Amino acid sequence: MRGELPVMRAVGRAIVLALVTIGVTATLLALVVAASGHDPSAALRAMLSGSVGSLQIFTSSTLVRAIPLAIAGLAVALAFRGGLLNIGAEGQLLAGAAAAAAATALGVGGAMGRAGVVLALLAGALAGAGWASIAALLRRHFGVLEVISTIMLNFVALHMVSFLVRGPLQEPLRIYPQTAPFADGMRLPLLPGPTRLHWGVVIAVASAAIVWWVLRSTAAGFRVRAMGANPDAARVAGGIDVGRTALRVFLASGALAGIAGAVETTGVTYALYENLSPGYGYSAIAVALLARLHPGVVLLSATLFGALQAGAAAMQRDAGVPSVVVTVVEAGLILLVLVAERVHAGELRVRFIGGARAEPRTS
Amino acid sequence: MSATAAFLEATIRTATPLAIAALGETVVERAGVINLSLEGAIIAGAFGALVGAGIAGVGAGFATAALAGVLVGACFAAFAIMLRTDQIITGTALTLLAFGLTGTLYRRYYESGAALSIPTAAPLEIPLLAGIPVMGGALFAQSAMTYLVYVATPVLWWWMYRTHGGLALRAVGESPMAARAAGIAPRRVQIAAILFGGLMGGVSGGTLVLSQAGTFAEGMSAGRGFVAIAIVVLGRWHPLGALLASVLFGGASALQYLFQAMGWPVPYQLFLALPYVLTLVALAGAGQTHARAPAFLGRPVADGGE
Repeated sequence: MRGELPVMRAVGRAIVLALVTIGVTATLLALVVAASGHDPSAALRAMLSGSVGSLQIFTSSTLVRAIPLAIAGLAVALAFRGGLLNIGAEGQLLAGAAAAAAATALGVGGAMGRAGVVLALLAGALAGAGWASIAALLRRHFGVLEVISTIMLNFVALHMVSFLVRGPLQEPLRIYPQTAPFADGMRLPLLPGPTRLHWGVVIAVASAAIVWWVLRSTAAGFRVRAMGANPDAARVAGGIDVGRTALRVFLASGALAGIAGAVETTGVTYALYENLSPGYGYSAIAVALLARLHPGVVLLSATLFGALQAGAAAMQRDAGVPSVVVTVVEAGLILLVLVAERVHAGELRVRFIGGARAEPRTS
Repeated sequence: MSATAAFLEATIRTATPLAIAALGETVVERAGVINLSLEGAIIAGAFGALVGAGIAGVGAGFATAALAGVLVGACFAAFAIMLRTDQIITGTALTLLAFGLTGTLYRRYYESGAALSIPTAAPLEIPLLAGIPVMGGALFAQSAMTYLVYVATPVLWWWMYRTHGGLALRAVGESPMAARAAGIAPRRVQIAAILFGGLMGGVSGGTLVLSQAGTFAEGMSAGRGFVAIAIVVLGRWHPLGALLASVLFGGASALQYLFQAMGWPVPYQLFLALPYVLTLVALAGAGQTHARAPAFLGRPVADGGE
């Protein structure tokens, strides 16, 4: 009977939703590949074998790419839950990566052995929060739209990294535009087994758990959600200091994105260079939206996007399809989620289901 | 050419695509819509120019550039106005889409190793005026698109403040309900404004390719659409303001030529970052003035008008 096994029904619905999402993603991909004049079946096969072809490929390629997507996706989800349109995860991620590299270059934690990497991650979090605080303060004191300011800061961060790797942080021989490789103590350890998966995966899962718990069970989380639902009501009826809450959300969001950057440098690249991020911060927006801003689901959507990006590399290599098609698929997914939300909210009547409204929202 | 003249020339040249995009976005925002897919319209226009000019010359290049921009605008209107999805996120997604599509198509059809040579628009010197010392070359020996800006700015100004169409546009941005009561269809006005904004974005991208770079590069719009949106705020949602703010940004970008000419050793990344930093500073300053955005900016208009 309906409602007797709500957990089973929720699990069933989640599985159906996940399958539908994967199906839609594959369809979108096939369409874009076909439209660009390539063979969709060869592309899909390369995509699958390059992302989930084996356990080793899944952990070393898909999950390794999912880690920065997940942490940056959490950053975006947290900000969006508070109604703050932080489009600047990319810049905050780069700031975090640069700070981790700077901490390494300065030899912080050199005497601490393995614990040094913790300092690098902390530096990343601080730098990400600092970078986000610029947009937060501009919004609070000067009324500057955070959408514009965070995008501008993304470009500034990009040029800043370009300057650092050719200037103060360049490797000692001064040939390549990158930092010297990190010492062993400043690298995130790999997980045991034949894999390149590193401890960042633990950081990602822990971050998701913390964001989920804070949003769901703490007074601070309630303030964030209230502000996101309606800032005026939150201030007038809830007595919430919206300005201060917005600043804190921005700082926390930036810190997460900064950690994503620090994890990427200490766990994967072991150096800072210009094209460190293939737009992780922008993909993070799609990751967060596809997860409908739910911290736990962000881990799943990040895995899907990690698989897409890992598979795209294989697709380019084996089927000659430019990996940039994945950007089209990501954008298509965002648009579909936006439209689905409108249908779900019952504000759009869809004729082919007889004008019936979707179930009322309970969340 | 003296360093000053070169600096002024670079200022106007850099300001031209920004001004074209910002004039379009001014109209869009006056209708109460914030269109972040402008960046996507610019890159689509740039790619459209490459295709069109490669087939049938400069004129066709600008036509296909405009068409590509309108297409991006039509997508934005379909989602944000007709389906009433969030304007900011829709605009961001469409920009991603445009980057992905142009990148895919470019690599598929153009990156075959053959050098790209497409016809470009040579600068047009206006007789007599171009001979004015210092300023003449900067203002009157530019591409035809610069002169388009000189013409479009006062025309848009006049249209927005002196015609029924302009009044309808501003009414929709301030109060769609009142506009509806006056017999205006708010969403139709918004869609028309967005299509115009897309067209201007496309032409802006076409200018980058046909009047400046002479070629296409992936991601060559480089945030100009977002800067143009900041310029609209800075220009207080007025065509003349948009033009002046564009020149300011053109100047900031052109500073590197001046510094190079002077031989001052400053890292070039500083100059690349300068326009974006200046945007932030200028926006902070603009926030302190009494300029006010259209009241309904960014809010969806329902069937009933509100």
